[in-house]
This record gives sequence, structure tokens and C-alpha cells, in this order.
Amino acid sequence: MDKFGFAQSQKFDTYASRLLPREEYFTSGHRSCQGCGEALAVRWVCKAIGKDAIIAHATGCMEIVSSGMPQTSWMHPWIHVAFENTAAVAAGIETGLKILARKGKIPEPLPAVVAMGGDGGTSDIGLQALSGALERGHNFTYVCWDNEAYMNTGIQRSSSTPYGAMTTTSPPGKRSIGQATWKKNMVAIAVAHGIPYVATASPSYVFDLYFKVRKAIETPGPAYIHVLSVCPTGWRSATDLSVRLGRLAVETGVFPLYEVVNGRYRLTVQPPKLRPVIDYLKPQGRFRHLRKPELDLIQRQTLAAYELLLAKCQAPYPEFPVLSHEEETIAEGA
Amino acid sequence: MSGQPASARRVGMEVSIAVSYAVQMARAEAIAAYPITPQTHIVEHLSSLVANGELEAEFINVESEHSALSACIGMSAAGARTYTATSAQGLALMHEILFITSGMRFPIVMTVANRALSAPLSIWNDHSDIMAARDIGWIQVFVKNGQEAYDHTLMAFKIAEHPEVLLPTIVNLDGFILSHVVEALEFLSQEDVDAFLPPYQPKYRLDPKKPVTMGAFAMPEIYTEVKYAHQVALSNSYGHILRVWDEWAGLTGRHYRPVESYLTEDARILFLTMGSLTEVAEVAVEEMRAQGLPVGLLSLRLWRPFPFDALREAVKGAELLIVCDRALSAGGPGGPVHSEVRNCLYPLETKPATVNYIIGLGGRDVPPKAFHDILARARQEAESGPTGEFFLYGVRG
Repeated sequence: MDKFGFAQSQKFDTYASRLLPREEYFTSGHRSCQGCGEALAVRWVCKAIGKDAIIAHATGCMEIVSSGMPQTSWMHPWIHVAFENTAAVAAGIETGLKILARKGKIPEPLPAVVAMGGDGGTSDIGLQALSGALERGHNFTYVCWDNEAYMNTGIQRSSSTPYGAMTTTSPPGKRSIGQATWKKNMVAIAVAHGIPYVATASPSYVFDLYFKVRKAIETPGPAYIHVLSVCPTGWRSATDLSVRLGRLAVETGVFPLYEVVNGRYRLTVQPPKLRPVIDYLKPQGRFRHLRKPELDLIQRQTLAAYELLLAKCQAPYPEFPVLSHEEETIAEGA
Repeated sequence: MSGQPASARRVGMEVSIAVSYAVQMARAEAIAAYPITPQTHIVEHLSSLVANGELEAEFINVESEHSALSACIGMSAAGARTYTATSAQGLALMHEILFITSGMRFPIVMTVANRALSAPLSIWNDHSDIMAARDIGWIQVFVKNGQEAYDHTLMAFKIAEHPEVLLPTIVNLDGFILSHVVEALEFLSQEDVDAFLPPYQPKYRLDPKKPVTMGAFAMPEIYTEVKYAHQVALSNSYGHILRVWDEWAGLTGRHYRPVESYLTEDARILFLTMGSLTEVAEVAVEEMRAQGLPVGLLSLRLWRPFPFDALREAVKGAELLIVCDRALSAGGPGGPVHSEVRNCLYPLETKPATVNYIIGLGGRDVPPKAFHDILARARQEAESGPTGEFFLYGVRG
């Protein structure tokens, strides 16, 4: 497993999939929905963190589908306490291990400590505990599974739900276009804590995800990884399109893949040409009510955010999509 | 105030500092706490003990009480002897995690410096904080003075960590009235404490060599059984608590009982108090006895598990039991302690009448005179029937 050291990790694209670990730490038999992008992400993150790790998990989809007493899908030592406190629990585990090692009660090197939670458990209710843990500098990695709403409780909006998306608490109607706010930038919030490693990742880009997790684990101090997790149930998308949608999110610039090492931004996947956002939005039923003004707004906002990111990364501009002037809507196109 | 604790000798010391020394002598390994008056002196002093290397421990300055207890769970799950302290709003903010701590059976020890709950904001003492956390499934004891605070803090670790107990434990001490008072205290030597309290040997811990899943959820088919197991463990902890208290008596000569009796011989009227109110009531009862009144005092030390048999035994022969509560269950039957005491005594064929007086809310001073007033009023009530479900002593308006 550890043949992928930190120095080698820069060359992730030279490895073939058969060289990745065969061990399964998130085992089959869990109850996630068909086509769950999050379960896929969990599986790869668990492979990347390796055997010698302890996981603290927030309440949410992944907890519920994987840990029905007396069964478990987790081969790691794993603890679930509550929804909003996972970063605090992980901080406690890391601190507990530290003092026990100092007193000679457990051997070193210490296992990696990884906290995991959904976008609600991270960017809404768990933000305070996460901020505290990042600020205090605990040596742990926090992974956010971002499926862009409270899927476990039935697709309610979170601060991570994108503009225009239909959820059960941001329904489109005569006076609503769906989610009326823009997705909270959790990555920027994590970066603002001055922690050594922050990254976005996607299970649609397995090598990129794998090596970012390895880097996070090997970085002393706090690390934060934000994983876009396609949710066919909540996004109203076909279950066989999850990996494709993850790719489209990157190819349209909606969810760029990058890392921030000691405050320095770097794009890790650079599409030579950005596709129009409609390619990403169209296969998702949650956006089907949107009309041209909203679609144009999303396109403009996506490009503006992407330009800001490019500036931070000092990366060259890709070819931007030509904005359409057709009276296209998703509903008509679908 | 930093320095080595005095060993096996009497010293004058603020009770909060004594509690922090008890935590030090217990060799607590992991502490997470958030500042809240009147708990602050305990964690401030522990911070300095850790900072000076006098306590080999990690101290996490968390960003809230919710995270304090959450971090404590993490530290305890890692296998460390874990301690925290809080008060009032802090305990209320922890509320969700209090149940999870006991449900997951982490033997964390917590001092609650009891304080009134907002609103209106009050930093002063009553028991509304802990009474709102009555059903959290922790072992809970109340102490009446600094010596007891020191003793029970040390004993709490031994009780909580027993492999057949594995339950978190709260030592309740009255904010300011106890936490900030300077008392003469007797410390054990570190050698005696080490012999009494061996290092914590966790039954389960988070270890990649032996992975376990902690905190799995339960479907309706199994939830009830898990709750029943918790109830059995808490109920059975009673015997272990008594054994630890007996062992402590052998070590120190200070013998603690779940229900303490004071001047109860031939008493026909009994007061029942908890916490620091007990020492004030002792003074009042002594005065009443001097006047020839057949009055005695019961003090409820063990709140959870509730000492049903001990209380039923202790009230034998009494005609009137005056239960003094330091919290109000608004819109309900009055004080929570009275509710439970009445519940406990209800099945008895011969039992004292009970009346409920709520006193000392939000730091309102309770002098011995209050007990004389209450006695006079309670005797009247006993003759002519209770005037209500409870009486809020000293209220104006």
C-alpha cells in the first residue's frame, strides 16, 4: 500500500488501476442506493487511507447504509457519535492516541485519523466543530461527501445545494426557482484556516482522488478533502450515469478538481475546453424546471468562479463555451 | 495556585482547585473543556497542571461544550482516562451527547458545577441544569462540601471504569456555594490513590489491529434490548458504587451512603436535601432538636441509580417528609426530586406525607432560618392539608 509515497504521488497518472490496492475496507452488503456515487467514493477513500487508520463518521447516508446493528460494512475501527460533531470526535481520537503513545501504552507510528461527513454535516450543522478542529491543528483528515442536499432525510436543501436545484424544501413554484442561493464554498472556508492541505476530489477521477487522500493522510496537521458525490436519488438522474455526471461536473467547470497546498492553489485536472453547463444540468431532473434566464445565470456564474480559481492557480485559460442564445430549456431538451 | 498537592494532610483550599487536584491524582490522561462560570477554576487549574508537566495529559481547548463532550468520547474511545467539567448552559448544549456517552458506555467523569439555566441569565447556583439532564443514563452523585467533592471525583473514575459498569459519571457540586469556597480538606497520598485506582484498562478501543464498529444504529427489532442492557447496567452499578465507597471508607474513614441520615433517630419529621443545602439544613436541624422538635435530615447523595430501597428504609417511622428542591418543573408537579421521592414511596403501605418546598433558585441565599420557616409552614400543611403541589419558598409578588 505504502509504495505510493508522498513524492511519488505527484505522478498519479502514470499508474494503472491494477496497481491500486485490492483490499476492500468498505465492504459489500451495505444498503446504499443503486448508482450511489458516495459509496463509490467511500470505497476508494478507504482504500487510499489504508489499513492503519481510524474513522469517525457523521450521521448521514453513509452511516445509515453501512452500520445497522449488529452488522457493519467497515473493516476499519469506526465510530459514529452524532451529526454535527464528527470533527470534534476525530480531534478527540487523535489526542487520545497522542497521550497514550506518549505514556508508552500504544506503539508508534500512530494510525491515521479520518473524519467523514456529508455536506449537511460539514457545511451546515458541523461547521463549528470542523472549524475548531482545523484551527487547533489536529493531525487528521476530514473528508466531506458532498451530494448537495440532505439526501438521507429525503432530499432537503443544504447550504451546499447548487443554485436552481429542486429539493423537497426548495421546491420550484410560482414564487420560487428552486434553491435560491449559491453553493457555499466549503473549500475556501477550509483554506481560510491556514491548514496545510485542502483538495476537491471526485470518484469519477479515481487516481486523482486516491493520491489526494494519500497526500492528506501523509501531511502532518489537518487536511480537508471535498468529494463531489453524485446522488441519483436526490439529483433525479439515471443510476448508470453517476460516474459520467462526476466527469461532466469537472468538464463543465461546475466542480473543478484542485488542491491547495499551504495556501497555494493548483488545478489537478485541466480540461482543455470547458463544456457548456447545460451538458451537466440536463441529465439531472432536479434542474428540469429551469428556463433560459436561470441557465444563463448559472453558466455565467460558473465561468466567473472558474476564472477566479484559474487566477488563484495561475493556470492557463481553457477554451470557454460559446454562450447559447437559443431559447433552450432543459424541459424542452429532455 | 500551581504546585504539588498536599498529601494526606489537611490544607485550606478552594474546592474547584481541590477537584482539579483529584483529577490530577487520578492521573486523568485526556481533558476537553470549554469555559463556563462557575466551572472555570477547575479547568483553569487543570490547564496549568498540564502546562507545567505536573499532569501527564492532553488538554483540548474546544470551541463549545458540545464539542467538549464529543472530543471526550473520541479520547475515551481511543482508550484514555477522560475528564471534563461544565455548568448550566454548557450542560444544556451537551445534552444530545450526554445520552450518546452513556448509550455507548464511555466511562467519562464530569464535574457539573451546578448553576441556574437561562432565561433570565443567571450564573448562580441551583439544580435546574442537572435536573434537565435527569434521564441521561449517567451515574450521578451530589456532594455537600469540598472534601466530598475531592473524594467523589476520585471514586467516580473507579466506579465508571469498572468493566461491569462502564458508565459515565457526574459529580454534582453547587456552583459558587461550593466551587468557589475555601475549605479545610484532607488529601490522600499519590501512592494511596494509585493503589486505589489502577490505570484504566479499556474493554474496547479504536485499534486498527482489532477493528470494531462503535455507534451503530439500531432498528426497532434491537433498540429496546440495547436500552434494557443500559438500564440493567445502571441499576447494577449500585452494588459496585457501594463497594467502592466502602473501600474508600477503609482508606479514609469517610463513609458515604446513597441516602445519608442526620439526627433521624425518633424523628417524626424529616427534611430531604441534596448538595450543599445539606450542611445548612444540618445547622437548622440541630437548632430544632435543641428546641425539642422531633426533626431529622435525609440527604440524597446518589441520584442515579436512584436508591429506592435505601430511601424507603430511611423514611421509616416518619410522619412528614419535607422535600427541598432546588429546581422547578414549571407547569408540572413542582420539584423533580419531590416527584421521584413521592414515586419511590408510593407503593409503601405506611409512609410519611410529603410536601415540596422549592428554595434557592438562581443563587437566592438559603440561611438556616429558611428551614425553620419551612418547618412551621409544613406542619400547618400536614394538619390542614397541602396548600398546593409545591411551595416556592421566599418568592415575592
